[in-house]
Amino acid sequence: MAGTLLEVENLHTTFTIPAGEVKAVRGVSFSLERGRTLGIVGESGSGKTVLARSVMRLNLGTNVTTTGTAIFEGTDLLTRSPAEMRSLWGSEMAMVFQDPMTSLNPLVRVQRQVTEHLCRHIDLSRSEARQAAVDLLKEVRIPDPETRLRAFPHELSGGMRQRVCIAVALACEPSLLFADEPTTALDVTVQHQILNLLSREQTDRDMAMVLVTHDLGVVAGRTDDTMVMYAGTVVEHAPTRSLFADMRHPYSEALMRSIPRTSLPSHTRLAAITGRPPDLIAPPTGCAFSPRCPYVQDRCIEETPPLVATEDPAHRLACWTPVGSPEGQAAFQKNLASGLPQAVAVDISNPRPPTRGVEVDS
Amino acid sequence: MAGTGKAHLRTGEDVLMTVEDLVVEFPVGRGRTVKAVSGISFDIRSGETLGLVGESGCGKSTTGRAIIQLPRPTSGTVTFKGVDLAELSDEEIRRRRTHIQMIFQDPISSLNPRRTVGDIVAEPLRVWGPHDEAEQKGIVDRMLDAVGVDPDVARDKRPHEFSGGQCQRISIARSLVVGPDLLICDEPVSALDVSVQAQILNLLEDLKAEYGLTVVFIAHDLAVVKNISDRVAVMYLGKLCEVASPDVLYAEAAHPYTDLLLGSVPEPDPSVEIDESLIEGGELPSPINPPSGCRFRTRCDRATDLCTSEEPQMRGVADDHFVACHHPLVAVAG
Amino acid sequence: MGAAVDTVEPTAAVRRPWIRRFVAKMPWTTRFCASWLIVIVTATVFADLIPGLADPNYQGFLFGDGATNEGPGLSHFLGTDNNSRDILARIVYGARVSLTVALAAVFMGVVFGGFFGSLVGFVRGKTDSTVMAVVDVILAFPGLVLLLTVVTLLGRRDLVVIAAVIGFLSIPPYTRVARANALSISRREFVTAARAIGTKKRTILFREVIPNVLPTLLAYAMVNAAVIILLEGALAFLGLSVEPPTSSWGTMVNAARVDLQINVWPAVWPSLALVFTVYSLNNVGDWLRRLRSVRSAAL
Repeated sequence: MAGTLLEVENLHTTFTIPAGEVKAVRGVSFSLERGRTLGIVGESGSGKTVLARSVMRLNLGTNVTTTGTAIFEGTDLLTRSPAEMRSLWGSEMAMVFQDPMTSLNPLVRVQRQVTEHLCRHIDLSRSEARQAAVDLLKEVRIPDPETRLRAFPHELSGGMRQRVCIAVALACEPSLLFADEPTTALDVTVQHQILNLLSREQTDRDMAMVLVTHDLGVVAGRTDDTMVMYAGTVVEHAPTRSLFADMRHPYSEALMRSIPRTSLPSHTRLAAITGRPPDLIAPPTGCAFSPRCPYVQDRCIEETPPLVATEDPAHRLACWTPVGSPEGQAAFQKNLASGLPQAVAVDISNPRPPTRGVEVDS
Repeated sequence: MAGTGKAHLRTGEDVLMTVEDLVVEFPVGRGRTVKAVSGISFDIRSGETLGLVGESGCGKSTTGRAIIQLPRPTSGTVTFKGVDLAELSDEEIRRRRTHIQMIFQDPISSLNPRRTVGDIVAEPLRVWGPHDEAEQKGIVDRMLDAVGVDPDVARDKRPHEFSGGQCQRISIARSLVVGPDLLICDEPVSALDVSVQAQILNLLEDLKAEYGLTVVFIAHDLAVVKNISDRVAVMYLGKLCEVASPDVLYAEAAHPYTDLLLGSVPEPDPSVEIDESLIEGGELPSPINPPSGCRFRTRCDRATDLCTSEEPQMRGVADDHFVACHHPLVAVAG
Repeated sequence: MGAAVDTVEPTAAVRRPWIRRFVAKMPWTTRFCASWLIVIVTATVFADLIPGLADPNYQGFLFGDGATNEGPGLSHFLGTDNNSRDILARIVYGARVSLTVALAAVFMGVVFGGFFGSLVGFVRGKTDSTVMAVVDVILAFPGLVLLLTVVTLLGRRDLVVIAAVIGFLSIPPYTRVARANALSISRREFVTAARAIGTKKRTILFREVIPNVLPTLLAYAMVNAAVIILLEGALAFLGLSVEPPTSSWGTMVNAARVDLQINVWPAVWPSLALVFTVYSLNNVGDWLRRLRSVRSAAL
């Protein structure tokens, strides 16, 4: 690998709203090497999207404050001027958004949407720009690109629109691509095509990619590393294969076990996570997952666990009582014995846990 | 996939509802119609969960709404407990509404923002009784408690004070308060986070057992459908492709479309091989002017001239496994 | 059970009485505007209780008695006009006309327009096209001509006639606003859910649709009331509003126009009252609409 491309240190993003300060991202650090893919997984409110937008400086509004550092190719993105950021967007870093309908201008034909970016960064004649646009649409596998150039976004299907968005993002060969839930709005077969397309482009161009998603299935086969986020913090960060082989954080494990899977028989009881995510205006002390964690101990409520390496230095974890460790085992047994609802709910030896009342999240 | 035909229909006393040759079309101006559902047939036994799965635009939600006659189907029969609902007058339908209830995808939009939760859940009782307020309150409280919402906390609040998962629980409570036989769930968990989705799926399983419900579960997520269903019907562009029990269907899909769908599901397991070849954009044909013969033929790599000229009929490939395809992926039994 | 941990904690504001909660959320300009409206309405309603205040021909208000074209002072707070009538008294009395006309327009608009609009937006089909055709015809018909016709036919030009005609003319725009809203609300799933429960259509209209149309309609009414007050002023200016000596803000400005070189005050005060009231209605109306959109954003 050709060295570090992006190095994020202790990033905090806070939104000030009338009700208080929403601490959407609370001290996230990670680094990304050139040509690698990083998956960021979390549920809504985990801060994954805000994190991506903070790094790209795309958080709009006057009520946002971001602190920390995000070193991209040697300079800190967070201290750059808006003009400097504009020259980076598109040429060095680009983003693909969740909703392909709203991220394209409905009144502008595909051709101009694609070439606009090209022209801003590279000097091209009209015919050259047109040819470049055709090539790009071909590259993102849009059939009949000459005709499609004249189309308006609403004349294209959701999958085609997302392909156009990808073409726009790739137009100036960025070295870093953020894909924020790029397939959430799409059908499963189209999702599969788009993910394949993104993987192929990423490999061909040796581009670094950050794939933000709520779906563990999306990151599983398509990223080098995976970062699991909960309530604005990273709880586990590991090479994807080692993460899925050995989920150490109780939240990662619980998330995994709550997903219905086609490989499991019908009517398999899902181990749902009890309760609901914390209020980010006043996050709980200690570990943010502690109120819902089956392994919770007194220490978890008092002290925030740091994100530190496990026996495997690449596998980093923020937990006092990791899954599979002796402390974790002891903690779980203790909670089970004392009848802690979240522990009872996931107890495998009890085939039909009493869901009534336990799952009450009101 | 154009499958018509009724080889997969069952007979017997325990069949609660049979839908035959259901057609739903919407005019879109200039004499054109969207053929949302084009002659599908299926049945459901008492206590069974039927999963109706397909991508957006396949007509699965329209089918769900046609069952409750909102709007009424263009043609076809919906025989529920021996009575064809499509034949009944509006008032007769209204009187049978308590038998079939529906849960919608968007939990927040399906609750009136200006009414309190207690009021919303009591609404069916106000129509059907009991009309005694204390009695109503008792039933509402029991129902809210049954879906895992604390009645004392929720009663006087309005929907926007609750999360999506809680709103979905409240809308489940509203639909069960009249004691329906059949519950139609239209994408009930699609708008929810995975951890909440698991809670709602478990809740539906529990309520189904407790109240002896029969469920039509409409969804686009194959894993969710497999988890909750006893029988799965796959739809494509207004037609039925394949009907089987989930464990059979997911193990040996007979229809090329089912196979494509299953191959596209992202598995949370890095060791599962991903078919990287699928990258071209296969476009869904227009439901205004669907392909002749088998409707899936434009995206199918097994398609032949036969598929263009003739619509495949539903036929059995194994015990309780039916497929509407000229060239199924498994050998046809018998 | 441990589940109760996540109880939705009501914010401190929820516990306060609703009126204080309401006011607490207002920006200070809106508070000022709302106060102004309250003062105007109170003064109009209770004017009769203050001796002479509500008599448009009153000359000796509070202190002294009527010199013509007196400037603002202690004897007549706002001065007197060319007939030595107290301007404050005439403004208060004139507010009755202006506000009654506005109220009539808003009332008829919200009640009839709101009902018809919600109804046709909900049922759609033939009823919809028929009602909307009628609405379009009324909208296209010149209001001034209608007013002239009615006034000529009845041979009188009092408050009831003016209010009735303006009220009738404001039904169509309300119908349109209500219909547009009812259309989108009828597509929401809670309406389908109500039908699936077996609720009768009439009940759905009154319980599910109209309550959701009403807030938008009331916000529109606030802005519309301002337009109506201006319209009455314009009509008065043309000599088409209430007959003298009955005052309205519009007729006052109209009368003062002649002596503008001698005394500006009789024109300035009613104009200021008009401007303040219109601005306040707009401001409060906007605030109500923002309040509503914030709430629906949270839905």
